[in-house]
Amino acid sequence: MSACAASWEHFSHDADIGLIGIGPTKAEAFRQTAIALTAVVTEVEKVRPLTPVPIVCRAATDDLLLVEWLNALIFEMSVRSMLFGDFAVQISGGELRATASGERVDRERHEPAVEIKGATLTALRVEPVPAGWRAQCVVDV
Amino acid sequence: MNPDSLVRKSEFEWWIPPVGRMRVPGVIYASEPLIVDMDEKVREQVSNVATLPGIQRASYAMPDAHWGYGFPIGGVAAFDPEEGGVVSAGGVGFDISCGVRALRTGLTAGDVESVKLRLATSLESTVPAGVGSRGQITLDEAGLDAMLAGGARWAVQHGYGQDADLEMTEERGCMADAHPEWVSARARRRQQHEMGTLGSGNHYLEVQRVAEVYDTRVAGAFGVDRDDVIVSIHCGSRGLGHQIGTEFLTEMAVAAPSFGIVLSDRELACAPVESELGRRYLGAMRAGINCALANRQIITHLVRHAFADVLPAAQLSLLYDVSHNTCKLEPHVANGAAKPLFVHRKGATRALGPGHPDLPDSLRDIGQPVLIGGTMGTASYILVGTDTGERLSFSSSCHGAGRAMSRHEAVRRWKGRQIIDELAARGIVVRSPSSRGVAEEAPGAYKDVSAVINAADRAGLSRKVARLEPMVCVKG
Repeated sequence: MSACAASWEHFSHDADIGLIGIGPTKAEAFRQTAIALTAVVTEVEKVRPLTPVPIVCRAATDDLLLVEWLNALIFEMSVRSMLFGDFAVQISGGELRATASGERVDRERHEPAVEIKGATLTALRVEPVPAGWRAQCVVDV
Repeated sequence: MNPDSLVRKSEFEWWIPPVGRMRVPGVIYASEPLIVDMDEKVREQVSNVATLPGIQRASYAMPDAHWGYGFPIGGVAAFDPEEGGVVSAGGVGFDISCGVRALRTGLTAGDVESVKLRLATSLESTVPAGVGSRGQITLDEAGLDAMLAGGARWAVQHGYGQDADLEMTEERGCMADAHPEWVSARARRRQQHEMGTLGSGNHYLEVQRVAEVYDTRVAGAFGVDRDDVIVSIHCGSRGLGHQIGTEFLTEMAVAAPSFGIVLSDRELACAPVESELGRRYLGAMRAGINCALANRQIITHLVRHAFADVLPAAQLSLLYDVSHNTCKLEPHVANGAAKPLFVHRKGATRALGPGHPDLPDSLRDIGQPVLIGGTMGTASYILVGTDTGERLSFSSSCHGAGRAMSRHEAVRRWKGRQIIDELAARGIVVRSPSSRGVAEEAPGAYKDVSAVINAADRAGLSRKVARLEPMVCVKG
């Protein structure tokens, strides 16, 4: 079986937004959810990966690790006033190490739609799928 | 939701009888059409809340209830610590003490109409709004501690407002028993540049015209008359509150089994009030409430400046300030006994009836103003607390219209420019840094707020006083 293609999408959750990331590895699925996270705010293609920001997080389970990862990104976006467009992610033994690359928010160019408050535990799932992994989470906006 | 699956107690009261692990019934206040439109998830979430330890009387849902996280948005539940009652980060939500404040201006629509565009420009340039905006106030650690302990009172002491503002703010502008030391370093960092900022999404600053008065006696007591101009501010505790919610939600979800609490849904994340974690959350959450109160107070100060530049005759006085994402310790009657309960309102507005001791003297005989936001194209409402509210819902009412469609669907249907032009043709000036943000908040993406208000009124949760229509809307 060939590895599944990496992709992301949004799904509806009433007032808020669900993120889905799919990839041949768990790390790629997590990377895709990060792209989906940025896409809540702006078009990902508009974000230049100029400044790298290192991120490390840990959790006892895969689904809580996804929440920690997304919340770490939300935190960095908030305190640095940045958007991220490119991500390198590694996961090993309940620890995620990543570099998120992006730039400061440019309100003219990025036209940011909404800020993200936090990642929720709703519809939270990280699971193997045929030839890969699927990760999903709802974020509060 | 299928109305036949509920027990109809009256035209606007629907019960979910307790089954399984439910300790109390669920009660939904709504008209039949609102019930039909409500997501089935609301019933599931109301029922789940009814399973939590120490819950009193019932798990309530307001007429604008919709699918939330753990608790429904529009959910109200009270817990008795003497019976193992809990406090729930999921029951308060991410935007701690998000709320609405309304200001009288002393102006009529005729005074504002001819300078509407200038006023919009002045407000837009004075009040930071939207992603990437920054406030003018930066606090050091000591300053942040003082703000988190003092709330709007701190803001007034630092020149952002008037003493009279505090009288018309819940908790007199300062939530007691806040513990800034339990607010994490990360939460503090998120607030570094966010004091006095509006935020984005459904948060707004509106200049509104009183289009209709339903109760002239109460409107008179509120100092509101037809054609008056009102300013409404909808925002919350910004990054600090979001981070407190984020951290305690996960910590409580993980810790719940250690307290012997079985969660039907992890988002019901909670801890006994009488536990170290419960006390720590309450202390941090109360600091978050103070952050929201200070934030709305600073924005009020900025709005006064913006008005003074364009309309020097304006006298902006606070009508009232309500919060709709909170947990507060309040005296209530449950099981025939008066006792202090921890009342969670998640997307629900406190609505104290006439005679309540917590009301300011000037409102004691009238009841609390209940401020309900609509959309930038429809209407907002002023209601008043009732004598029946305590018995029906621990003195709680609705908080807004609630979305009818997802943000994704709204962007698919509308363009921001199109919405701005359509509203301009109706005399409503919209200012926002984000065209996509405007499309996501299109009036058509929301339910009919009037139907929600009428149901709250007819159910006896709160009573209609006045309807407000937007003239200028600043969105994040």
